[in-house]
Amino acid sequence: MIHLLAEASPSYAVPANIAFGITAVLMTYSAIRVVTASNVVHAAAFLVVVLAGVAVNFILLGAEFLAITQVLVYIGAIVVLFLFGIMLTKAPMEGEERPARDNWLLGAASGLVFLGLLVYALWDGFGKDKLPADLAPTSTGALSDAIFGSYLFPFEVVSLLLLAALVGAIVIARRD
Amino acid sequence: MYLNQFLMLAAVLFSVGVYGVIARKNGVMVLMSIELILNAVNINLVAFAAMNGALAGQVFALFVIAVAAAEVGVGLAIVLAIFRNYKTVDIDEVDLMKG
Repeated sequence: MIHLLAEASPSYAVPANIAFGITAVLMTYSAIRVVTASNVVHAAAFLVVVLAGVAVNFILLGAEFLAITQVLVYIGAIVVLFLFGIMLTKAPMEGEERPARDNWLLGAASGLVFLGLLVYALWDGFGKDKLPADLAPTSTGALSDAIFGSYLFPFEVVSLLLLAALVGAIVIARRD
Repeated sequence: MYLNQFLMLAAVLFSVGVYGVIARKNGVMVLMSIELILNAVNINLVAFAAMNGALAGQVFALFVIAVAAAEVGVGLAIVLAIFRNYKTVDIDEVDLMKG
């Protein structure tokens, strides 16, 4: 991190790199706690930290609208949905001694192998690629022009998918 | 800032999510691990959008967020249905289709 700071251009990059370092450490720790915590409510709380860190990364990358959407949709809606799911299914999982299945070692091995492959491929492919130094925040107007212009049809398909998922969730979860 | 620092962070998140999907017992926790994976993908999309100065990555990240919302809704409904029928959310207990 230190040599990375020294190489970066002084104006914007240093505070951005410090912010990135702090959030990266927090996100990695919280992500590991999400998948290892034995208490599911604690896991949901750590998931909030990871999602907020992703929003910080979006701001660092100049995607302001996406950062706001991340906070609204993920932290505001999806985490609440998770907490409802935990609340409605909690009772028998109380006092479980092991949160992991028997094949957790297999999962850890495949995760580590996958991480090693990814790190090697990324280092090989994008080793010294730098983001543009004058990274301007994307204006929400330009983003909406893209969504309602060239990506209008996929946007309508996604809205249809949300409607279908809403109806499907009601059908699956309701008591007959 | 290097492009790789964002991609590496996303790779770590993705691998942790893969571990969670394989290793967790609780169905809700499996869904949370899937959220980790989808967020890693979003970081990648936005990082490449910033790298190339293109908007397409951000548009697709928005689509991923919408699909993730739909996925969590249906997934939690399925977990609730499993809980109602089996009185557990341990995915090892649900082996009706095991050969």
